[in-house]
Amino acid sequence: MAVNTNGTKNPLLIEVQDLKTYFFLHEGLVKAVDGVSFEIREGRSLGVIGESGCGKSVTAQSLMRIVPSPPGREVGGKILLHLRSKDSNVEEVVNVLELPPNSAKMRSIRGKKIGMIFQEPMTSFSPLHTIGSQIMEAVLIHEKNIDKKTARLMTIEMLARVGIPNPQRLVDAYPHQFSGGMRQRAMIAMALVCGPSLLIGDEPTTALDVTIEAQILELIKDLQEEFGMALMYISHDLAVVGQMVDEIMVMYMGMTMEYAKTDDIFDDPLHPYTVALWRSIPKVEGKLERLRPISGTLPSPYAVIPGCPFFSRCESRMKGVCDAALPPLIEAKPGHKVRCFLYGTSSAVSQGNDAAGNN
Amino acid sequence: MTESTKTPATTPVAKPEAVNLEDAVLVGGKVSAEERFYYASQWELIRWRFSRHKLAVFSLVVLVIIYILATFAEFFSPYTVDTRFDGFQQASPSKVHWIKPGGGFGPYVFAVKRELDPKTFRFHFKEDTSQIYPIKFFVRGERYKFWGLFYTDWHLFGIDGKQPLLLFGADKIGRDVLSRTLHGARISLSIGLVGVMISFILGVILGGISGYFGGVVDDVIQRIIDFLLAIPGLPLWMTLAAALPRDMPTLQLYFTITILLSILGWTGLARVVRGKLLQLREEDYVLAAKGAGASDWRIITRHLLPGFTSHLIVSLTFNVPGMILSETSLSFLGLGIQPPAVSWGTLLQDAQNLVAVAQQTWLMIPGLWVIGTVLLFNFVGDGLRDAADPYSR
Amino acid sequence: MANTEEPLLEVRDLKKWFPISKGFFQRGVGYIKAVDGVNITVQPGETLGVVGESGSGKTTLGRCITRLYEATSGEILLRVGDRVLDVTKIKGDDLKLFRRSAQTIFQDPYSSLNPRMNILETVGEPLLVNNIAHGRELEDRVTEMILQVGLRVEHLRRFPHSFSGGQRQRIGIARALVVQPKLVVADEPVSALDVSIQAQVLNLLQELQDKFQLTYIFISHAMSVIRYVSNRIAVMYAGRLVELGDKTEVLTHPRHPYTEMLLNAVPRFSERRVIKRGVTRGEPPDLGNLPPGCVFVARCRYAKEVCKTTPPELRDLGSGTIASCHLADELELTGIRGAAV
Repeated sequence: MAVNTNGTKNPLLIEVQDLKTYFFLHEGLVKAVDGVSFEIREGRSLGVIGESGCGKSVTAQSLMRIVPSPPGREVGGKILLHLRSKDSNVEEVVNVLELPPNSAKMRSIRGKKIGMIFQEPMTSFSPLHTIGSQIMEAVLIHEKNIDKKTARLMTIEMLARVGIPNPQRLVDAYPHQFSGGMRQRAMIAMALVCGPSLLIGDEPTTALDVTIEAQILELIKDLQEEFGMALMYISHDLAVVGQMVDEIMVMYMGMTMEYAKTDDIFDDPLHPYTVALWRSIPKVEGKLERLRPISGTLPSPYAVIPGCPFFSRCESRMKGVCDAALPPLIEAKPGHKVRCFLYGTSSAVSQGNDAAGNN
Repeated sequence: MTESTKTPATTPVAKPEAVNLEDAVLVGGKVSAEERFYYASQWELIRWRFSRHKLAVFSLVVLVIIYILATFAEFFSPYTVDTRFDGFQQASPSKVHWIKPGGGFGPYVFAVKRELDPKTFRFHFKEDTSQIYPIKFFVRGERYKFWGLFYTDWHLFGIDGKQPLLLFGADKIGRDVLSRTLHGARISLSIGLVGVMISFILGVILGGISGYFGGVVDDVIQRIIDFLLAIPGLPLWMTLAAALPRDMPTLQLYFTITILLSILGWTGLARVVRGKLLQLREEDYVLAAKGAGASDWRIITRHLLPGFTSHLIVSLTFNVPGMILSETSLSFLGLGIQPPAVSWGTLLQDAQNLVAVAQQTWLMIPGLWVIGTVLLFNFVGDGLRDAADPYSR
Repeated sequence: MANTEEPLLEVRDLKKWFPISKGFFQRGVGYIKAVDGVNITVQPGETLGVVGESGSGKTTLGRCITRLYEATSGEILLRVGDRVLDVTKIKGDDLKLFRRSAQTIFQDPYSSLNPRMNILETVGEPLLVNNIAHGRELEDRVTEMILQVGLRVEHLRRFPHSFSGGQRQRIGIARALVVQPKLVVADEPVSALDVSIQAQVLNLLQELQDKFQLTYIFISHAMSVIRYVSNRIAVMYAGRLVELGDKTEVLTHPRHPYTEMLLNAVPRFSERRVIKRGVTRGEPPDLGNLPPGCVFVARCRYAKEVCKTTPPELRDLGSGTIASCHLADELELTGIRGAAV
C-alpha cells in the first residue's frame, strides 16, 4: 500500500469528534476529556502535548476502550475508525464508542488495528511468562489461521526488527532479564507484530535515558515508514514530539487548546498556553533567557469552570469575555485551529468587549 | 470537526487588558472542609477514612459491646457460673413470649413441667400456660463479688420464682449456658488481647532489630523465624500443653497458655515490622533527616516508627482472632483452660459428642460467639487496613 | 564563574563500591563500582552541573559528598571558614559542623517529606537537631524560610499531603537552606515536576543562590536544564568523570565521545520531524562487570586498540576542560552549535 507521507490528503484512518470521558469519583466528577476532536490519516502522525492532568492519556485509553470503568466512562462524542481491507476497496466505518469494550469486535481492533505502547514496559508484560510467549499470544489471538510454529517465527522476526540482539535466544527470556531499553523494544514488538494501522505511544520514552530514547525514537520512526503506519505520540516533552510528528494537538484540562502542523506550532504558536509553555521550558539551543514560569497552578480537577479553563493563569485574559463562555475551537489560520477568544469567535456566545468586527 | 468560517488572522483580533496576575484560586471549594483536610494529621485522616467503612464501624461498636458484656459478666448474666438448677438438666432454651394473656406487652416465660417421653426416654419441657413469669430488668438475684471489690446482687435481668430463666438452655448438669457463656468470654477475649500484647513486644523488638541493623543479626533472626514457622502448630501446642501439670492453678495456667501462644505468634509481626522498616529506610525523608544530623534514635522514633504504627495496629487486629481461636481449640481439646474455669473452649467440650450436637444444639452457642467475635475482628481489621494505606500521594 | 580563588570543594579520586553478595552465606563476589575515581573541584558561588544517565554515578557522587553514603576510598575536602574538613573522615563535632555546611535537595517530592510531620516540624528539624534554635526562635526562622521559598504562613502547620509536587519541592528547599549551608547538592530537583512548574523551582533556586551566596552541585539527566543552571558542566558515565569544563565549551565543543553522543541524542527544536540516524548505539555497561579499558569502549565509534586495554586518565586539554579519552587530541567532535550563549 503506497502511502503518501507528505501528501495532504491520505485517506482518513481515525476521526475523533467531541470526545468526552468523565470519571465519576467519590470526591466528585472529573471531566478528564471534555470535548476533544482530531483526525489522523493513514501513514501520518499526530503528537499530543500536555502536562499531567490534561487528559492526553485518557484520550488514548478511550480510543482503545481501556479506560478503567468504573469510575471512568465515555459519555459523549464519536470515535470513527475507518477499517479497510487489504485491497483498500471495502471501507467500514465503526464508531468505537458504540462497541462494548469487551466485545469480540473491539478486541479484534485492539492489537490488530490499533497497537499501544506505554511508559513503563513492565506493565505490559507478565513477569511469569517469557517475552516470546506473550508476543506469540498476541499473534495467535489475532491471526486465525496460524500455527504455533509460524507464530514463533513471526515473533523472532519481529524481535529482530526492533533491534533485539540474539532474538532466537532472547525470545525465551523473561522480562526481568531485559534492560529498560530492551523491554521497550520488546513492547514495541508486541504492539506491532500484528501489523496495526495505528500505533499509539503514551509517553513511551519518558522513563528512558536520553541515549536510549534516541534509539527508540529512531526505531519507531523507521517502523512507521516501513509499515506505513499512523502514529499518535503522547508526551509532555515538546522537543521529542517535534521530532516525531507532522501535527500537534496541545491539550489543557481535558480540552484541545491548539491544533496545527508541527512547524506552525513552533514557529507561530497562537494559544497563550502554548506560548507560555514554550517560554517556561529550558532549551539546549537558542538564546539563554530567563525562564518565565506559567503563573498560578492547575485548577482542581473537580472544579467547575465557566469559560476558558486557562483563564486563571493566562497573561492575555480578558475579564468578562474569557471567564463568561468557553471559547470554541476555531480555524484562525488555514490548518491552524485554536481555542481562544483572542482570535475571534464563531457564531457562539459573545458578550461585552469582543473581537472587533468579526461577527 | 467543528470549524468556524471566520477570516483567519495571525495576530490577535482583540487587545487584552493589562492584568495583575494573582495566584489561581480554586473554584467552588468549601474552604473549611479543605482546610481541615490540610491540617489533619495522619491519625485524623485514618479515623476519617475508617469511619467511611460502615461495616467496620458497626463491627467495632459490637466488639466494644461484647467486651463490656464480658467485663461486667456477673451483672449481665442472670446467674453465676456454677448455679445448678435441679430438674432442669439439659433444658432447652426458655421461650420468650411478648403478648401477655389477659393483655399487656412485655417479655415473659411460661412455667414448664418436665415430662419424660415414654418412647424416646428423653425429657422435654412442656409449657404450662396457666402460669407466667415476667422477665424483669434490674433485679436482685444471686450475690457475687463485683471485680473482687465488693459484694452486690444486682443483675440486668431475671425472673422471680423457682424456675430458672434459661435463654440459652442448660447444660447436662443444669447450669445456665448464657451465664457461663458471658463469664467464659472473659477468658477467651482477654487471652486474645494479652497474648497479642506479648507477641507485639517480641515482634516489634526483634523485627525492629532485624530490619534496622540488617546484616548478620538480621540473618540469624530470620532463620529463627523460619525455624519456628516450620514447626507444626497443633502438635507443638499439644506437646507443650500435655507437659503442663494437671493441677496448676487456673490463673497460672492462663498465663502459661498465653505465653505459649505468643511464642509462636510474634513471628508474623516481626516479619511485618522488618519489611516495613526495610522499605522505610530507603525513603528520602529518612536520608534527609540523616543529612540534617539527626541521631539514630531520633530517626527511629520520629521517622521510622510512626511509619508503620498504623500497619502494626492492623496486624494486631488480625492477630487477636487467631489467639482467640487458638485458645478455644486448645481448651476444647482439653489442653488449655481446665474446668471448672470457664472459657468458650471449655464450654464447647460439652458439645463434643454427636448426641449433644443433635439433641442439645444450644450447647454450641458459645461456638457462635467465637465465630461472631472472630468475624467482627476481621471486619474491623479490614476497615483499618484500607484506612491506613499510604496516603501521601 | 570560574575564578582562581580557593575551591570550596575538592573531590580526589573518590570511589564508592557496593559489594555484591550472592549465595546462602552472602559471600562477596564482586563490587558494583558506582563511583570509580572521580576528581572534581567546585568554586565558591558557582553552579556545577553534573550530567549523566542512569548508572552514571551522579546521585551516588552527590550522596558521598554530603556524607549520606560513606565513601569507599578517596577524599572530599570542604572548606568551612578557615578550616578544611575531609568529609570522608570527620566525626563528632566536625561532623556536626559539616552537616550545617552542606545540605541536599532531593528528587522525589513525594518521598522526601515525612508525611507525619507538618511543615514546621520538617523544616525545623535541622535547626532542632543541631541545637541552632528552639521554640519561638525556631518558628520564626522556619517562617522566614518558607516565605523565602514562596509559601505562606498558614502553610506552617499543614501536612505534606495538602501540597502539590512543586510546593513540596519548595519545602524541601526550605529544609535544606534553613541551616544556611554553603554547599547545596541538588539531586534532580525538578525532574519529578510538571514541565510548567520546573521553571518556577529553577528560578527560585537561582534567586536563593544569589541571595544567600550558595554553591550548587546540580545533578540532572536533562541537558536543557543543565545548560540553564550551570556555570561548568561535569559529564559522568559508568561511575567515571569523562569530561569537565566550561558550560559553553562542553556544549559546543565536546572533547569526549560520550559527551558528543549525549549532546546529539538530545532532541532539539531546530530539528523538526527529523530523526538523526545512528547517533547513539549500545547500552550502558554492567557496573559489576566493567571492561578493563575505557568504560565507553563498547559504544564508542572512534574506539581504538588502546581504548580496550588501558583506562584513560583525566587530562587537562586547555581552555578549562579536562577529559578522559586517549584520542582527545585527535578527535573533532560535534556539539550543539546553537548552544552558545
